[in-house]
Amino acid sequence: MTSTSSKSHFLRGLRIGLPFILVAGPFSLLFGVVATEAGLNLLEVMGFTSIVIAGAAQFAALQQMTENAPVIVILATALAVNLRMAMYSAALAPHIGGAPLWQRALASFFLFDQNYAVSVLEFEKRPEMTPEQKIAFYGGISCAIVPAWITGTYVGAVVGTAIPPEYALDFALPITFLSMIGPAMRTPAHMGAAFVSVLAALTFAFLPFNLGLMIAAILAMMTGAQIELWLIARGKWS
Amino acid sequence: MEMTSSEIWLTIFLVGIATFAVRFSFIGIIGDRELPEWILRHLRYTPVAVLPGLVAPLVLWPAATQGQTDPARLAAACMAFVVGYFSKSFIWSAAAGIGTLFLMLWLLG
Repeated sequence: MTSTSSKSHFLRGLRIGLPFILVAGPFSLLFGVVATEAGLNLLEVMGFTSIVIAGAAQFAALQQMTENAPVIVILATALAVNLRMAMYSAALAPHIGGAPLWQRALASFFLFDQNYAVSVLEFEKRPEMTPEQKIAFYGGISCAIVPAWITGTYVGAVVGTAIPPEYALDFALPITFLSMIGPAMRTPAHMGAAFVSVLAALTFAFLPFNLGLMIAAILAMMTGAQIELWLIARGKWS
Repeated sequence: MEMTSSEIWLTIFLVGIATFAVRFSFIGIIGDRELPEWILRHLRYTPVAVLPGLVAPLVLWPAATQGQTDPARLAAACMAFVVGYFSKSFIWSAAAGIGTLFLMLWLLG
């Protein structure tokens, strides 16, 4: 009985996750193209996309690699982009923290923005779901996203080698970042954080090893948090 | 990129391990414990704190033009941001940015 109901939750997750293919597909395709243009071979591109499997962090790490930044700086940049995952992990822990270790490890490996957001909403809406059903549902969404992500990267990497340099693909990477930033400007706090990030990154651009970016990120995070507090105090935070 | 193949793989594995560690942190190790509100409040802003700072120098001083500000790339960047902001869509934003870039490069010869 449990397995039947787990299966139906898996299928429901899969169905809800299908539209995310439209996001993961082009996004990962772009990564394949950009990583190939940056000089990685097919195996390296595929290794990158399946081992790290985190969109924004992959692009950020790749950018630092093309600038020949030291490994520690590449690592710090990718970590900084991915720190939000700690928040997702914390939000999911009460729901799937009781699952067997291998399931928790798999769920963690495939933790993205989308399956986190959908799952947490779903679990709050349906508190009667058992831990098995929750992990099945979560697995369903992940199974919609992951194949699209890997396939997209592969297609992008193959296509990327065929695109001549005059197509200005050097700029595909910045455009990808901007396409992530625009939709993320949800509140004045996000806008303030982004503004400080830009200002500080440009001001401290003279520092070696892209350390300016680290300073900018810390200042920007503090700005976002502070604006949020002000808005809460004035009753304008929803 | 001046990295050797082994350096590239080392970087990929290190970034992979670090990323997994962050994802696994609460689900796998720390478990069902509440994060202090002030930490959550900072974590919420990590993407918008890092990505704009990363992209700003790339837009203003593109390597492809030897660091000279380039009208085509600047216009493409602005278009991608504005369309992303209003449409809330990654795909439309990227399409608008790349479309603008090609159009501007063609117009400016």
